[in-house]
Amino acid sequence: MLLAILTISLMAGLFGLILGYASIRFKVEGNPIVDQIDALLPQTQCGQCTYAGCRPYAEAIANGEAPINQCPPGGQATIVALADLLDTEVLELNAEHGEHLDVPLVAVIDEQTCIGCTLCIQACPVDAILGASKHMHTVIAAECTGCKLCLPPCPVDCIDMVPVRQTIDDWKWSNPLDHPQLVHDG
Amino acid sequence: MMVNLHHFHGGLVLDGHKSESLRRGLLQASLPQRLILPLRQHIGDYNKPLVKVGQRVLRGDIIAASSSLICAAVHASTSGIVSEIGQFPVAHPSGQADSCIVIDVDGDDKAAIADIVDPENLGPEELIQRISRAGIVGLGGAAFPTSPKLSRGKSHGVDTLIINGIECEPYITCDDMLMRNYAVDVIRGCGYLQKILAPRKTLIAIEDNKPEAISAMLQALAEHALENAEIVPVPTIYPAGGEKQLIQILTGQEVPYGKLAFDIGLLCQNVGTCAAITRALERNEPLISRIVTCTGDNVVEPGNWEVRLGTPVSHLLELAGGFRHGDDAYLVMGGPMMGFALSGANVPIVKSSNCILVMREETIPHSPGYHDECIRCGKCTEVCPARLLPQQLYWHARARAYERTQEYHLFDCIECGCCSAVCPSQIPLVQYYRAAKGEIRAAQKAQFKSDRARARFEFREHRLLLKKQQDEERRRLKREALQQKRKQAADSTAVPDLVQAALERVRERKKAEQEETR
Repeated sequence: MLLAILTISLMAGLFGLILGYASIRFKVEGNPIVDQIDALLPQTQCGQCTYAGCRPYAEAIANGEAPINQCPPGGQATIVALADLLDTEVLELNAEHGEHLDVPLVAVIDEQTCIGCTLCIQACPVDAILGASKHMHTVIAAECTGCKLCLPPCPVDCIDMVPVRQTIDDWKWSNPLDHPQLVHDG
Repeated sequence: MMVNLHHFHGGLVLDGHKSESLRRGLLQASLPQRLILPLRQHIGDYNKPLVKVGQRVLRGDIIAASSSLICAAVHASTSGIVSEIGQFPVAHPSGQADSCIVIDVDGDDKAAIADIVDPENLGPEELIQRISRAGIVGLGGAAFPTSPKLSRGKSHGVDTLIINGIECEPYITCDDMLMRNYAVDVIRGCGYLQKILAPRKTLIAIEDNKPEAISAMLQALAEHALENAEIVPVPTIYPAGGEKQLIQILTGQEVPYGKLAFDIGLLCQNVGTCAAITRALERNEPLISRIVTCTGDNVVEPGNWEVRLGTPVSHLLELAGGFRHGDDAYLVMGGPMMGFALSGANVPIVKSSNCILVMREETIPHSPGYHDECIRCGKCTEVCPARLLPQQLYWHARARAYERTQEYHLFDCIECGCCSAVCPSQIPLVQYYRAAKGEIRAAQKAQFKSDRARARFEFREHRLLLKKQQDEERRRLKREALQQKRKQAADSTAVPDLVQAALERVRERKKAEQEETR
């Protein structure tokens, strides 16, 4: 009896030590679930979800503070992916936060009207606007995420959001399923 | 030297339909009234136009080029005036327009002055440079720029150089016609490739349904004693001309997953590319023309024409006598298995255009109006030359489970069309795979963009934080400096301290005096 108690407590102590060591040795930096959620978000950094960027929204989702249906740029595809990751129910996109657009947008500055105030540069979450005080500004189109955050600060209203021009390289073969007459059911 | 031939998995024996376009010899196409030259006729980056509207150009002038490595320059195919630079419909499955230079042909066909250098005196690097300047791309259909391929092959080291004269797709006979008429150019081109790559051996593979091409090539090879080179007749099984399939036939090796022919010491070039290399090096003729087959059951006089690049398809159709049955025809660029439908006859012939197939609507090969359900017969698996599981790929592509399609090696599919051709339910399988590939590539592109945006966002946050810290630090230093100053100022106004200091000075002086007197 005594021997058994002694053995068990010795083993418990040993395993405790191993676990304690492992928790230090294999410590995970950061919160992996936040990273996983962040990886699924479109990184538009538009703030339409009411958070200050995609990562803050990912943190809010991970903490259970925000539902998964507040990201209009990601649309239904992102909601499905998030539901899949978090094993929750698929929700409809919350229309309060905006509408999902199929064609991505890019900001264009009307350089004739721009007065060089730098306000849009400060607003751009991805540093995609180039310019200096009292000098003309321009958008680096390849880096623009189409978040529209540069629109409100502009005092002369010289920024337009235009659909990204689709080139021959963006074209995709269509899926036969999209042509229902091609598939004979039954 | 005898080559033991091997087999690749599956494949099909198809009706050749090759004799129709071989009845007449090689014909020279007349110049059209205007040429439409797309800025990009290869796989890779766009060229920039080097000419302006209204400028006169001569045959062989470079009219568009790029500093990018994976690129092939575009030359004026004849003399004339540049009349427009803009968007025109091009030969692309989308039917969309692309950037083109239009030349109004003056009919003189005046050539630009060329500096002909004997290629025998040039080293491998100079030969590659000249091939690059001639805008040569792989003429087998993929149109990959030849010079970067050769540079890479040279740095990897090539054991076996494979020259592809297979032309396995039905109806197409342009390479056959090329070998019959320009066998010497092909063989001499192989010679230059040997000089650049220094391979241990060279295998020139030709399908055994082209006896005339084989005999012409044998004769040319005998005349131009090419070392360690051999002509290998290969059984006619579609798609023996696919790069990976041909490698398997000739060497028994399979190109490993995710690797290229270079990685196992091989390099493949099409016979047309070899002939173009000879023309470029010996006669300083850039790639401005190619042989195009115009055939099908809806064209009056099928044949092969040597056509200037940029010639509209409609011009070629006129030369071939127009449509046999009415005005309506189904135009395909390429062959019946891998070609794509053209949106109209106004698109130009480009470097990769090997065949214009003119069919009646009702005889369109393997493109039924509808398909039935899969009955799981497994015929597609039997014929797949890439040893894939087309049925599994189909189910997953249909369910849009794109990750699963990648697990079944979707990107190893060469889109040869064998599976679609044997499917008893007439499922357009390749169409499903192409759509899946497109979706996956688009998703990868979006992922790339979002990763970049994330990095830029995080960098900006970091920069703003750093700036905030720096500002705070500066404010703190300023505050401290101010406090110091205030303290000093407060000290200076204190009278007792002044008195104390004076007394101190007096005391010290006295002390010093005492020591002196002592």
